[in-house]
Amino acid sequence: MEMQEKMAANGVNVEALLGARQALTEAPEAARFKWRATSEWVNGTHSRATVHGFFGLGGEQQHRQAFTFDTDHPEVFAAEDNGATPVEMILVGLAGCLGAGIASVAQNRNIQLRSVKATLEAGMDLQGILGIDDAVRNGFDGIKVHYEIDADATEEEIAALVAQSQKRSAVFDILTNPTDVMVTTRKS
Amino acid sequence: MNVSRIKRPLAGIVDVVVIGAGHSGLAMSHALSSRSIEHVVLERGEVANSWRAERWDSLRLLTPNWMSRLPGYRYRGDDPDGYMTVGEVVEFIGGYARHFAAPVVTQTTVTRVEPASDGYRVETNRGDWLCRALVLATGAFNVPVVPKVAEGVPGGVAQVTAQDYRNPAQLEEGGVLVVGASATGLQLAQEIHGSGRPVTLAVGEHVRMPRSYRGRDVQWWMLETGVLDQRIQDVDDPVRARRVPSPQLVGTPERATLDLNALKAQGIDLVGRLAGIRDGHAQFSGSLRNVCALADLKMNRLLKLFDEWAERTGTDTGIGPAERYPDTDVGAPPSLGVKLGRDVRTVVWATGYRPDYSWLDVPVLDRRGSLRHDRGIVDAPGLYVLGLPYLRRRKSSFIHGAEDDVAELSAHLVAYLDRAARPRVAGMTGRG
Repeated sequence: MEMQEKMAANGVNVEALLGARQALTEAPEAARFKWRATSEWVNGTHSRATVHGFFGLGGEQQHRQAFTFDTDHPEVFAAEDNGATPVEMILVGLAGCLGAGIASVAQNRNIQLRSVKATLEAGMDLQGILGIDDAVRNGFDGIKVHYEIDADATEEEIAALVAQSQKRSAVFDILTNPTDVMVTTRKS
Repeated sequence: MNVSRIKRPLAGIVDVVVIGAGHSGLAMSHALSSRSIEHVVLERGEVANSWRAERWDSLRLLTPNWMSRLPGYRYRGDDPDGYMTVGEVVEFIGGYARHFAAPVVTQTTVTRVEPASDGYRVETNRGDWLCRALVLATGAFNVPVVPKVAEGVPGGVAQVTAQDYRNPAQLEEGGVLVVGASATGLQLAQEIHGSGRPVTLAVGEHVRMPRSYRGRDVQWWMLETGVLDQRIQDVDDPVRARRVPSPQLVGTPERATLDLNALKAQGIDLVGRLAGIRDGHAQFSGSLRNVCALADLKMNRLLKLFDEWAERTGTDTGIGPAERYPDTDVGAPPSLGVKLGRDVRTVVWATGYRPDYSWLDVPVLDRRGSLRHDRGIVDAPGLYVLGLPYLRRRKSSFIHGAEDDVAELSAHLVAYLDRAARPRVAGMTGRG
């Protein structure tokens, strides 16, 4: 086999991704996914959420196994701290999404990654959720993400990887653009 | 066939009808004339109509005069490095039509096109034309594209598209939200802000470019390095390449660079892409920094390509040293929303255009309403399109870009006419 250039090995199957892009361009219905989670209150501020099934490619799909996530609040909130706070889960989601994007783009650009480390920080003023000041929003007043990346690439190529992964990130979009949220209830 | 249509008056029968007497349609007419092919150019208004009727007052071409050339015709004025005003563009294109006595039929609006027994029937408000081949040269900028979120603009707030905008005097006093960061959006934002109306500019993905680089117009670099000649079949993602917004450029006598840093320094408020309008509040995306970073990175890649070309070709006379520009500085965290009505009296949509094919009754549109074509050869016999962005090359929608496209597409068209005219061999029914 003739190898002009060594292919990067980042554990991403780019051929499959590009194949999927082609297939979903021609079959737009298959591109419509529904992501799902269930959640159950445990006690206090502690809840446990489960993800398992989702819909996509025209049918019901499943993760390899069910994954559960505990959310709670730390002891300074007079809670039991059985898990990450829900707002920290948002940071977890953002990091996961951008990381996946960086690896995919790097693979597509044949850039070998050695280490990708992200630090995320979100500011939040509790006067919002505590209802102390109506002018303060409940959520983050901003998110800062910093990447330390070791790769076979120039500083500029690395900046381009991170910029491109934001451009194609679902969670980045969810956080930077408004999303309609509908919550319904029923007494059981 | 509809009986009433058969009774429609016939204006003429020709080999080729070209629809649109802009620079593309006229360039095709020139090619057909030089091959003595009988044709007409149908024009709804006057030659260069969209330049006469649908452009703002201060607009100038984004390319320097020396680049303005059409087959057999070129700029011969005394300001090769200047940029034509709208009036000068009208005069330039009008001069071209007179130059080779193009068979233009003005004040003739095409209302419908349908396949006919041996070509197409082109219905107009002044009689119908029958032709064997048809060239669509109506351009890409027929209908302003206004995003769906516009539905949420409150009643009392005025809305203007770039097609309707002429100058700031037509706008109410008070704040203006300009949506879109292409050449159009930035030019209108700057002009409106200069009129004393506070401007907020909503910025999505954009293309940043200096007006001149190392002492030469950026278009000189684009041309010399071959960037403008890049062919659509060599592009990674042709669909995307055809959708890229126009670079942030303006043609002024001062050759000023128009970028977001310049607008910010003038006091224009930069915000993210307009993401939604809810209860009269415009919501802006939090992605401003990223779209700016992407544009900075892409500009620097382009400049690097220029530098490498200069080094490789040994081009060092007439150009200055390599330059780099400060990254786009959005400053303090950008505003994520603005109340329409109080702070913003007018929304200016600089969100692009699309072609209008509503009159084209030939099954050549895809499910998104785009023309199905291969580099201008439309998916119907003898049907061609010209002048769309990146139709065949990056320069396809530029005035100087018409020449190469027309040379190739007219050759294809002539071969088609020759083939179709060849006497059929007995027993064969196909067109070979």
